[in-house]
Amino acid sequence: MDFDKLSVKTIAEKIQNKELKAQEVVAESLNRAKKSQKDLNSFITICEAEALKKAEQIDKQVSGGKGVGPLCGVPVAVKDILLTKGIKTTAASKILGNFIPPYSSTVVEKLERAGAVIIGKTNLDEFAMGASNENSAFGVVKNPWDLTRVPGGSSGGSAAAVAAKITPASIGTDTGGSIREPANFCGIVGIKPTYGRVSRFGVVAFASSLDQVGPMADTVESAALMLEVISGKDEKDSTSANVAVEEFSKIKAKDVKGLRVGLPKEYFVDGIEADVKKSVEEAIKILKDAGAQVKEISLPMTKHGIAVYYLIAPCEASANLSRYDGIRFGYRSSDATSLEELYKRSRGEGFGAEPKRRIMLGTFALSSGYYDAYYKKACQVRRLIKEDFDKAFTQVDVIVTPVTTGPAFKIGDKSSDPLAMYLNDIFTLPPSLAGIPGISLNCGYTKQGLPIGVQLLSNHFEEAKLIQAGCVIEANQKEVKKVPYGL
Amino acid sequence: MDYETIVGLEVHAQLLTNTKLFCACSTEFGVGDNENTCPICTAMPGALPVLNKRVVDFAILTGLALNCKIRSHNVFARKNYFYPDLPKGYQISQFEDPICVGGKLSFLNEGKEETIGITRIHMEEDAGKSTHHGTFSLINLNRSSVPLLEIVSEPDFRSPKQAAEYMRYLRSVLLYLGVCDGNMEEGNLRCDANVSVRKKGETKFGTRVEIKNINSFRFVEKAIEYEAGRQIDLIESGQKVSQETRLYDPDKNRTISMRSKEEAHDYRYFPDPDLLPISVDNQWVEKIKNMLPELPLEKLKRFMKEYNLPQYDSEILTDKKEMALYFEEVAKNSKNPKAASNWIMGDLLRILNEQKKDITQAPITARQLADLILNIDSAKISGKIAKTLFDELATGKHAGLSIDEIISKNNLAQVTDTKAIEVVIDKIMTANSGQVEQYRAGKEKVFGFFVGQVMKEMKGQGNPQIVNDLLKKKLKGGE
Repeated sequence: MDFDKLSVKTIAEKIQNKELKAQEVVAESLNRAKKSQKDLNSFITICEAEALKKAEQIDKQVSGGKGVGPLCGVPVAVKDILLTKGIKTTAASKILGNFIPPYSSTVVEKLERAGAVIIGKTNLDEFAMGASNENSAFGVVKNPWDLTRVPGGSSGGSAAAVAAKITPASIGTDTGGSIREPANFCGIVGIKPTYGRVSRFGVVAFASSLDQVGPMADTVESAALMLEVISGKDEKDSTSANVAVEEFSKIKAKDVKGLRVGLPKEYFVDGIEADVKKSVEEAIKILKDAGAQVKEISLPMTKHGIAVYYLIAPCEASANLSRYDGIRFGYRSSDATSLEELYKRSRGEGFGAEPKRRIMLGTFALSSGYYDAYYKKACQVRRLIKEDFDKAFTQVDVIVTPVTTGPAFKIGDKSSDPLAMYLNDIFTLPPSLAGIPGISLNCGYTKQGLPIGVQLLSNHFEEAKLIQAGCVIEANQKEVKKVPYGL
Repeated sequence: MDYETIVGLEVHAQLLTNTKLFCACSTEFGVGDNENTCPICTAMPGALPVLNKRVVDFAILTGLALNCKIRSHNVFARKNYFYPDLPKGYQISQFEDPICVGGKLSFLNEGKEETIGITRIHMEEDAGKSTHHGTFSLINLNRSSVPLLEIVSEPDFRSPKQAAEYMRYLRSVLLYLGVCDGNMEEGNLRCDANVSVRKKGETKFGTRVEIKNINSFRFVEKAIEYEAGRQIDLIESGQKVSQETRLYDPDKNRTISMRSKEEAHDYRYFPDPDLLPISVDNQWVEKIKNMLPELPLEKLKRFMKEYNLPQYDSEILTDKKEMALYFEEVAKNSKNPKAASNWIMGDLLRILNEQKKDITQAPITARQLADLILNIDSAKISGKIAKTLFDELATGKHAGLSIDEIISKNNLAQVTDTKAIEVVIDKIMTANSGQVEQYRAGKEKVFGFFVGQVMKEMKGQGNPQIVNDLLKKKLKGGE
């Protein structure tokens, strides 16, 4: 059973048409997941029994003549930060190491209703805090393109699972680049939807005003179909938007005559590696050749992105992570003799270094006497960053930028230097702060054969434009390399 | 040296919504521990709050009743602190952008109308409840995320009594609005008092001390009184009042230090990113304005004017909306407000008190009381019979019958037929010829004896006026 070359849509159609059996596809996916674990470590939990049971149900429904849904029998991997009822959900933290949720996230419910089969919960940076997947209590994930390199983060497991052909699609979350950056490092497609497009209900919160769930997949069309399934207003999430969901999966590569493409000069600066520059320029050329009008634009507030993000995200995180106190669920230290000690020990032993660092940053920045200078100021500058984009989108439809300055780096290269790690997000943070959607897709390779991606950005709720432009780049790409890691 | 006590109150009122502030759990009291909970109010990972709009309605209604400005831009904020019965590690409250600001409330203090300023009213969620059992503690989250209003007054009070009277009146207003049940024993209405003292004539405020969680009117008065005294003693003995939070111990009638200014929490408020700002437009405010009832003080003034009642009576009759409603029904139907007030203030309150019932459970309906008064006023029954009948009704006798039915069924109607009364008088005079002689000899005191005997024979149903007139005539002789 080989589904490597099949899109999500084709797999679903073939299972619905009884050309394939969900049980075969799912079993193969599970085999690959299990086999890959010692090399890639992309899963925290593999849900073999549940997945096989679900696949059997789907085959039964299909043979009973029932239309199952757009993801009929498709094996998917879900980042272990989305709650799955009855299945351990850890956020890659020791503090939630034994947490079995009593309910499922809205996104997981939507996937299951569409017929998807969740084969496992993927590894990530603890509480989605990181850009390399090295901050996991369950070990680092390795990049299928080079096992000595990081897959990116925080959705590193979801990216590696798709890149290694374990599942044709997966679910990640993106707070400051956590879908786009690993998609870029692993040579796949990742979409960070508009803030409010996808429900956050049942997603372990990191930074509530930035977190957004999105799809990762082998192709733009597969990612678009996943996005179509998980999008939409959810009464359980007050910040989810009541905006119509288009049929993203029907968008095809065609000419993009009249599409106005902007290249922000602040994103094409010294320090970008030559291979990255070359690959991104190729992607721009593809759009130009397909009829797009390309022009330089300016986003002058870009330089403040990192400072603003690393205030707002830790501030929100410091409160979001307060509920992990050892009282009602999760890890509780056994040595405490007083309430204060119970808090200190449970949290001290349960959280890893990066969440602790961000809790401290956020707690400090919100403190009396510092609030105005840090949190409030950051919110004001965030508004200016958003206005930068608002203004830009009066002139252009799509903005094209690199995703990172270089390809996947070596495991351990940046892990001892938090600031170097934070700088890795320089191109993905401003769009997150503005709440606009972004897609990251492969557009070339380094000389050593590591994948390089390009980031496309559009105005709020204009994911369709990104998918359109993404389809064009994908269809006209000169060379598509095969991932060297074989299963 | 003369001192002035300065007090401001922060009142917490639990709102009477069916469901909690941010989830669909019931707010019902008295169910099993942790039964009214869900992933949201127990702060499971990934759970998100969704605002109960009814709470906003209640907040607007309360703000309008307290003459506040209703702000269109509303933000919920996170108030961060750790406690085991605060599951999220933060309380969702309002900080910089409360829903109501700049109001005032007038109330009676020892018969005099006084007005104090309302600084703000904001919405927030309650925490759960911890109980401590020696080596362990238990947490019940039924109360977690139950909606509260915090009503903050200006530091306008100048005496403990004044603060307590405000609290009483505020409770009455909240009950009128139907937004809070006012039950202080269960903690559904409680207050914190900010107390400071200064020498008379001084314009600067003294150092203020916050007294937490006072849960009765009497304790409001006593706690402030004690605290002001404590502060004056400190100053008089050359010491300084330190800014701190104290607790009132009602058993010992004193306040004890809970935490100093240095130990005060830094709540690190910031806007809750899980909830979008709520916009309250004019249309919303107007809709709520139409639901605003006549408030106790307005009603009191109207009762004095319209029914010509004394202020004291009006105050008692308007304390509860249901009581006022009862009174007005009796007054209107009996067309005798004074009698209605007398019956309610006297006999009805006595019976309610004896039976430990409130006015909504009154054993005598307003219709019955009005009919009773009508029958007295038309002389169909005597006042004495009416009293007996009232007491019988109170014990549940005659259930389901109208007053007229009871009167005719039991032959209680007053006898006004002069012929019938004359028959009885003749009978009594014949049986007591000695006393007749005495009367006629000038001993007029025996007249009372005859009235008594006649009424006794008539089982109290003789019309007293007619009985009197006929007796006088007959005793004087002539026949």
